[in-house]
Amino acid sequence: MSVTVVLPSQLRELAGGRSAVLLEGGVGGMGTVGDALAALRVAHPAVYDRLLTERRELRPHVNVFVGREDIRWSGGLGTPLADGSEVVILPSVSGG
Amino acid sequence: MPDTPAGLEARSGDAVIMVGTTKGAFLFRSGAARDEWEMDGPHFPGEEVYAIALDQRAGRRRMWAAPGSAFYGTTLRSSDDLGATWSGKEARSVKFPEASDLSLARIWQIRPGRDSEPERMFLGVEPTCLFESTDGGDTWAPVDGFLKHEHRPKWTPGAGGLCMHTILPDPSSEARMVVAFSTGGVYRTDDGGATWRPRNHGVRAEFLPDKHPEFGQCVHKVVHHPSRPERLFLQNHWGLYRSDNWGDSWQDIANGVPSDFGFAMAMHPHDADSVYIVPLEGDFFRCTPEAKLRVYRTRDGGASWEALSRGLPQENAYETVLRDALDTDGAETAGVYFGTRSGKVYASADEGASWTLVRDGLPPVVCVKAATLA
Repeated sequence: MSVTVVLPSQLRELAGGRSAVLLEGGVGGMGTVGDALAALRVAHPAVYDRLLTERRELRPHVNVFVGREDIRWSGGLGTPLADGSEVVILPSVSGG
Repeated sequence: MPDTPAGLEARSGDAVIMVGTTKGAFLFRSGAARDEWEMDGPHFPGEEVYAIALDQRAGRRRMWAAPGSAFYGTTLRSSDDLGATWSGKEARSVKFPEASDLSLARIWQIRPGRDSEPERMFLGVEPTCLFESTDGGDTWAPVDGFLKHEHRPKWTPGAGGLCMHTILPDPSSEARMVVAFSTGGVYRTDDGGATWRPRNHGVRAEFLPDKHPEFGQCVHKVVHHPSRPERLFLQNHWGLYRSDNWGDSWQDIANGVPSDFGFAMAMHPHDADSVYIVPLEGDFFRCTPEAKLRVYRTRDGGASWEALSRGLPQENAYETVLRDALDTDGAETAGVYFGTRSGKVYASADEGASWTLVRDGLPPVVCVKAATLA
């Protein structure tokens, strides 16, 4: 099973300049967004730290989409993934 | 994005001002006369910088900053070349343990430790906690006695968050240290951080039904002089105080100030009786009284205060100076510096007698640290 995580420009430097990271795992090893981010943590821990807090909660101004769906409305980190899913990370519209 | 700043080109004896704003850090350099300032920045554009410091112990010239992204969290960065390059982007070295159920919101204070232990450093963070490094800042851990303090469930955040903003190690004893945070007040350890006791007797909590609780005060800043470390000066959320016994008791010293409300407080580098503040009108109008921008100074340990206003606007100045946005350098004739929420930085090269505008138009200033380069 493979999942692609697409990174925002601000975090690419922390992933060796990559705009996307291909993650591959065994069957059941990447069944949810949380599983995929755990795999991302192994490959690129600095990226993971920018996305989730010490409490393993998604930072409030980070948005994660599976396809076009914001995971906040589709099960959060428990949102299911299929083989070939694309997980897109984008900063939210906030600030002043 | 702005061009990457080059860093300061500075020599021994130069003065440096490090300014943290809500959208990056700006560095300033001047020769010993402190009459012309060069700016370098923004460093960390778009990120808030509430804590910045220069560590000159053991022959270092290491700058520290804690940029925080509204999106991706707070990191701790250091520079050994006055801002030309910053290390630490990849490591997020300051974290609460997962078992604590806390997550880092902001770093409020970076404090190099005692001169006698140049590898030790401290951080004050939000949610309130003291972090310690014993390897010069490479790795960090919360001080357990503070992390697990029995009062923690009762500490509540003020408008700025539950922030530890003051860290005062006793220069003569590794066992003793005072910290202060909003809200909670002053706490002291006498056993190297294993236990911490509130030290707020005499400090009022205007916003609580019980005006004199054991803890829960909204202390905004505490300073002391290394030559007389047991004597603490405190700017409270309403109230100016002094303690002559490491916080065991406090006396009101709001003698001749237009308001005893304010955030900022800074110690003179050589005179243990001289302290600077910037009073604000009050908690419901946090601006300089009478629309006059005035720094106040005591030279007699708080018995009296005088306004310092030459060169500062004395009309239509609705300014706010936050708790860490006032500092002094180490020069023989002390320089005094402050920044405003309206993005102005002012400097005095004559201990506050006169002031000049160093820079206008910066993002809101949240911290100012000054130093004379060794």
